Amino acid sequence: MNVIIVAGTPGAGKTAVLLHVLKHLKEQNKHISAVKIDCLYTEDHLRFQKEGVPTLLGLSKDMCPDHFTIFNLGEMLEYAQGNNSDILIVETAGLCHRCAPYTINSLGVCVIDATTGPNTPLKVGPFLSTANVVAITKGDIISQAEREIFRERVLEMNPGCRIIETNGLTGKGTVELAGCFSEASDFSYEEEELRHNAPFSICTLCVGETKIHKKNHRGVLRHINGIQEYAGE
Amino acid sequence: MINSISILAGKNKNGLKEHFNRIDISRGEIVGIVGPTGSGKSALVEDIEQLAQSDTSTQRKVLINNSIPDPELRYNPKKKLIAQLSQNMNFIADMSVKDFLILHSKCRGKNLNLVDKVIYHANQLTGEPIKKEMNLTVLSGGQSRSLMVADVAFVSDSPVVLIDEIENAGIKKHEAMQLLSGNGKIVLVVTHDPLLALLTQRRIVMENGGIKKIFGTTEEERSLCKQLYQVDKELFKVREMVRSGVEVKASFSFQESFTSDFQPVLED
Ligand SMILES: Nc1nc2c(ncn2[C@@H]2O[C@H](COP(=O)(O)OP(=O)(O)O)[C@@H](O)[C@H]2O)c(=O)[nH]1
Ligand SMILES: [Mg+2]
Repeated sequence: MNVIIVAGTPGAGKTAVLLHVLKHLKEQNKHISAVKIDCLYTEDHLRFQKEGVPTLLGLSKDMCPDHFTIFNLGEMLEYAQGNNSDILIVETAGLCHRCAPYTINSLGVCVIDATTGPNTPLKVGPFLSTANVVAITKGDIISQAEREIFRERVLEMNPGCRIIETNGLTGKGTVELAGCFSEASDFSYEEEELRHNAPFSICTLCVGETKIHKKNHRGVLRHINGIQEYAGE
Repeated sequence: MINSISILAGKNKNGLKEHFNRIDISRGEIVGIVGPTGSGKSALVEDIEQLAQSDTSTQRKVLINNSIPDPELRYNPKKKLIAQLSQNMNFIADMSVKDFLILHSKCRGKNLNLVDKVIYHANQLTGEPIKKEMNLTVLSGGQSRSLMVADVAFVSDSPVVLIDEIENAGIKKHEAMQLLSGNGKIVLVVTHDPLLALLTQRRIVMENGGIKKIFGTTEEERSLCKQLYQVDKELFKVREMVRSGVEVKASFSFQESFTSDFQPVLED
């Protein structure tokens, strides 16, 4: 099975681009299952289902949505196997710039919105820098020059990636993107590892502390001046 | 070196084959793209910009010098043969004009000292001077478009130029066309402006997402174009007078200038 993990900030165009990709893959008679992960609410799964793609919805609620994605990959695979799918596509919530839920043999696809400006690629972290494919969206709204600068910045952060200029409205680039999906490596749940470890700073806020005063906090903590400390036992 | 680009027919919005087999456009040619809003003009320009290989929604194919282009030409800005002036009226990148031009020159593998030249030529197209310390996002529509034109002309400087409507920007469109064309460049220009459409050698007529027909500009259209050009020049002058708050004199008439300094911009 090919596992495709699609990450990118909310509104970047993940769903819009995937809907085009799904159409192309169906034309090639591929059997696909999809999973949409979000935190509290989404309707994206209904849009995938409307395309005739069996889709599982997962809401992470209190858990970090990327950790939730990783933790539940086994169930997702079972779901896709139950549907006799060749390809499993996971659209993540994409909220965090520190996590990247790509595993070694999944195809990591980063969807990134070109209208957020040429500094965005420098800000978004591992979900861009460890992706196999970077789908740049919304190039229709900016000049060719700005698109070229954006592209260069993406390459600075991830020199080995394959960049595809896509458009969620017109479907530009989505035939090429669909082509990448069938080229992903074979996924093996038992052996699979993350490409980039999840951040290891855990503090009292992570476990529910609501008081804000510094004296109440323990764990791996970082001060605004950049000094990191461990407070606790 | 590009001697020709060719467009091979795809499908219109109803999935029917377009009404042509193949269009070949050769070096130095200026071709218009006309048709109502939503007829597929921008999609055609996009197909050429991407060097489509039956992999866009229109299924068209684009050839360069009669053959399928090397995929690298599609993606690598340092090798790109196509410059595009799209419909965008404003920049969104938050940086100075100077930084923008330097960065773009780097992307295109060009000399970094183009900044002053680009700004100089941009300023010939707009009444409101652009300065290199200005931030891109504060430029007016006219300034932005002028800078985009000059950037396409000198930084992107490619053998094929695609222009998606130049007339709505409040800039000097003939001077802009002159800057963007010439030197054997192939130019495709989407336009609603009759004058620009008649200045081209051929025009592609779009309908319902497909190419409906292609025809060459007739002699009659050419001479009409010359007259329209004069009218347009006068209109520009009157507009500038109104804008700058001076009275437009009745003695100011078309007649006298019909005979004087007649020079359609794109005639060679
Ligand atoms: N102009 C433009 N809009 C786009 C493009 N891709 C997506 N959108 C729009 O951006 C919005 C967010 O897209 P969506 O796919 O829901 O983003 P997601 O949260 O990443 O799944 C929608 O209104 C889309 O129609 C694009 O390439 N160009
Ligand atoms: Mg979505």
